[in-house]
Amino acid sequence: MRFTFSQEQQQFRQEVCAFLREEMSPEYETVFGTFSEEKYWFSRDLFRRLAERRWLTVGWPEEYGGGGKTFLEQSILDEQIGYHRVQRVGITGINFAGPAIIKFGTPEQKARYLPPIARGEAEYCQGFTEPDAGSDLASLQMRAEADGDQYVLNGSKMFTSYYAHADFIYLLARTDPDAPKHRGISLFIVEMDTPGISTRPLPYINGEVAAQTFFDNVRVPRTCLVGQENQGWYHAMTTLDYERAGLERYARVRRTFDDLLSFSKSAPYRGGVFGKDPLVRHKLAKVKVGLEGWAALCWKVAWMQSRGEVPNAEASIAFLYGTKQRLYFAQEAMEILGKFGTLTPECDTAPIQGAIEGLSRESMHMHGAGTMEIHRNIIAQRGLGLPR
Amino acid sequence: MDLGLNQAQEMLRRTARGFLEANCPTTLVREVEASGEGYSPELWAQMAELGWLGLSLPAEYGGEGGDAVDQLVLSEEMGRALLPSPYLTSVVTCGRLVALAGSLSQRATLLPRLARGELLMSPALGEEGVGCSAKVVKEGSGYRLNGVKTFVPFAAAADMLICAAGGLDDGEVSLCLVSPNADGVSIEPHASLAGYPQARMEFNDVEIGVDGILGGVGEGGDALGEALAWATLVQCGEMVGRGRKILEMVIDYAKSRVQFGRPIGAFQAIQHQLADLRVAVDAAELLTYRAACSMSEGRNCAEEIALAKASADEMSRMSTVVGHGVYAGISYTVEHDMQLYSARNKLSEAGSGGTLGQIDRIAGSMGL
Ligand SMILES: Cc1cc2nc3c(=O)[nH]c(=O)nc-3n(C[C@H](O)[C@H](O)[C@H](O)COP(=O)(O)OP(=O)(O)OC[C@H]3O[C@@H](n4cnc5c(N)ncnc54)[C@H](O)[C@@H]3O)c2cc1C
Repeated sequence: MRFTFSQEQQQFRQEVCAFLREEMSPEYETVFGTFSEEKYWFSRDLFRRLAERRWLTVGWPEEYGGGGKTFLEQSILDEQIGYHRVQRVGITGINFAGPAIIKFGTPEQKARYLPPIARGEAEYCQGFTEPDAGSDLASLQMRAEADGDQYVLNGSKMFTSYYAHADFIYLLARTDPDAPKHRGISLFIVEMDTPGISTRPLPYINGEVAAQTFFDNVRVPRTCLVGQENQGWYHAMTTLDYERAGLERYARVRRTFDDLLSFSKSAPYRGGVFGKDPLVRHKLAKVKVGLEGWAALCWKVAWMQSRGEVPNAEASIAFLYGTKQRLYFAQEAMEILGKFGTLTPECDTAPIQGAIEGLSRESMHMHGAGTMEIHRNIIAQRGLGLPR
Repeated sequence: MDLGLNQAQEMLRRTARGFLEANCPTTLVREVEASGEGYSPELWAQMAELGWLGLSLPAEYGGEGGDAVDQLVLSEEMGRALLPSPYLTSVVTCGRLVALAGSLSQRATLLPRLARGELLMSPALGEEGVGCSAKVVKEGSGYRLNGVKTFVPFAAAADMLICAAGGLDDGEVSLCLVSPNADGVSIEPHASLAGYPQARMEFNDVEIGVDGILGGVGEGGDALGEALAWATLVQCGEMVGRGRKILEMVIDYAKSRVQFGRPIGAFQAIQHQLADLRVAVDAAELLTYRAACSMSEGRNCAEEIALAKASADEMSRMSTVVGHGVYAGISYTVEHDMQLYSARNKLSEAGSGGTLGQIDRIAGSMGL
C-alpha cells in the first residue's frame, strides 16, 4: 500500500505547480466570490497553454489529443488549478462530452469535437436539469423530434452554468415520449449559436452567472446525436463515471484553509497571536481533520478510476463528505473571524482577501452532481445494498 | 499510489477473520469480560501459534518483522471481533518499547518470549494529571522506583511491567522493568466500563536491578513516543474494524426487520444514517492507513496519526448512535450485542489521549 505518488507523478505535479505559480499573477487569482470576465478570458488562455503541453487532457488517450496518462495525473492537474485559484472554465467538455464521444461517438464526431476540447479551444455547458426535472432528472421533458435528417428541439434547461462563453451545449432530450421515462432519452451536442436558442441570465449567489436556456424549434442535424437514439440516459450515466474525483473543489477550499491558518499565526490577539487562542486552535485543528479525510476520499476515487474501476458509491462518498466539510469549514471560519468574516473581497480590511465571506456563499452549493440526499440514496442503495 | 492491500495482507485478513469468527464469538467475549480476567489464555496461545503476537516484532528476535500496515490489517480484524486481549498493551506498546529502547540482551531475552506468548507485559505509563512524577534514583548497584500510575492494564496478570519514570533532576524518561509482585508494589483495581482489569498502582521504594531499565537510565523518551504512536495507530485500526462491523450488522438488520410492511432499510431516514456512517468509516480508514504507510516508509507521521485518531473517534461516536438508533429498543437490552460494541467504542475514543489530545497535537503540528 502506498499513498504517495510515483516519481513521474511528483515531477508532473511540481511542473504544473511551477507553471501556474509563474503564470498566475495575483490579479487573476479567483478568491471565492470574485469572478470576472477578465479573469475568465485569462483562464481560457491559460487552459490553451496547458493544452499546448498536453496537460489539459492529460488523462485522455494520446490519439485524441490527450497526454495518455491516467486519472491520477488528471486529478493532479485539477488539484493544482484549484489550489492556484484559476477561475473556473467549463469542464463539461473535458469531463463529460469528450469522454462520451470517445466512448460512443462516430469517427466523424471524434474528429470534429475532440481536438478543439484537447486544445482548450472549445467551451461546453451542460443542459441536463430542467425547471421540473432536478433530482428526478429522468423525468425531463425537453423534446427532440426527428424530422428528416434533422431533430427539432423544444423546451428549456435550468442552471446552465458557463452558458455565456459556451460554444456547445451537451444535453439530454426526450426522443420517445411513449417509452418508459429512462428509455426515451437521447444525448446531443448542439452549437450554442443555433437559431432558436435563447437564454435568461441567472446569477448565482457566489458571483457566477448561469442561465435558463430556451429551445424554440431549434433545428439541428442528426449528426448531433451522440450514441444511440433513446439510449442517452444510459450513455450519460456511464460518462458521469468519468467525472473527476473532485480534487479541484477540494484544493480551492484547502487553499483558503491554509491562508486562514497563516493569518491566524500572525494576527495579534490578546497579547499573543490569534491562532493560539485555545478555542481558535481547537476549531482549526478540527476543520483540518475533515479536510484531510476529504482529500483522502477524493484520491481514492482518482486511484480507482486510474485502474479502470467504476467508483460508483465511492464518488458519492467523496462528494458528500466534501460538501459537508466545506460547509463545516465555512461555518467554523465565520465563527472564528466573527464580524471580520462578513467583510467581502472588495473590502481592504477583510482578512485573507474576504475569502471566508465568499466561501460561505459558495458552501450553500450543496447540490453539485446531485444533492446531499441523492448522494446518500446512492450510497445506501448502490453501496450498501439497501432496498429501494 | 496503491491503496490496495498486497496478497499477503489479504491472506492475513482472511485468515484472521476466519479464525476469530470461529474462535472468538461474542459469547466468548461476554464470558471473558464477566470472568474479570479480560482475556482467554487459550486463545492467546493460539494467537501466538498463528504468529500474530510477533507480527510486527523484529524478525531477528522471533517476530515476523511486519510493518505498520500489516499490523493494521490484523488490528482491524481484532476490533471487528471485539477480541478481549492484552494485544495492544503487551505486544504492541511493550513490545515496541523493548524493541526500540532495550539493550541487546534485553531485546534478546524479552522479545522472543513476547512473540511466543510466554511473557505478558503491561505498560505503567499514565498518571493522575499530566506528566511523569514517578522517579527512579540510583541506589547501590541498582535503582529505586517511587510513584503512582493509573490505568495500568492487566497489572496482576502481567509477568512484568514497564514503568515510565523521571530522574531526580532531569526530565529524561527511564523505562523500568518491574514485577507486579515485587516488594513495595500495590495494585488497586479501577472500576470502569473496560472489560479487562485496569488498576491504580503504587510503587514505594521498589528495587530495580542493574539491568532493570530499558536501554539504561534516561534512554526511554524517544521509544516512548514511537511506541505510543504505534499503539494509537493500532487502536485506530481496531476502531475502523469495529465501525465497519457495526455498519454491516446494522445493514443486515435494516434489510430483515419489517415495520409498516417494509424492511426498515427501505426508509430513507434509515438509509441516510447508514450512508453517513459508511462515509465516516471510509474516511477514518483511509486516514489510518495513510498514517501507517507514512510510518512504514519512515516519514514523520505524528500529525497523520492524530488526524486518523480524531477522525476515528468521530466515526466511532457516530457508529454507537447509529447502531443503537437503528436497532432501537432491542439494543438497549443487555442480551443484545450492540452494547458490547458501544462500550468498546467509548473506551477507544478515550484512549491515546482522547479526541482533545489529538486536536492538541494537530494544532501543535500546524504551528499553533
Ligand atoms: C451552482 C449550480 C450549478 C449547476 N450547474 C448545472 C449545469 O451546468 N447543468 C445542469 O444541467 N444542472 C446544473 N445544476 C443543477 C443541479 O444539478 C440541480 O440543482 C440538482 O440536480 C438538484 O435539483 P433541484 O435543484 O431542482 O432540486 P430538487 O430535485 O427539486 O430537490 C429539492 C430537495 O428535495 C430533495 N429530494 C429530491 N428528490 C429526493 C429523493 N428521491 N430523496 C430524498 N430527497 C430528495 C433534494 O435533496 C433537495 O433537498 C446546477 C446547480 C447549481 C446550484
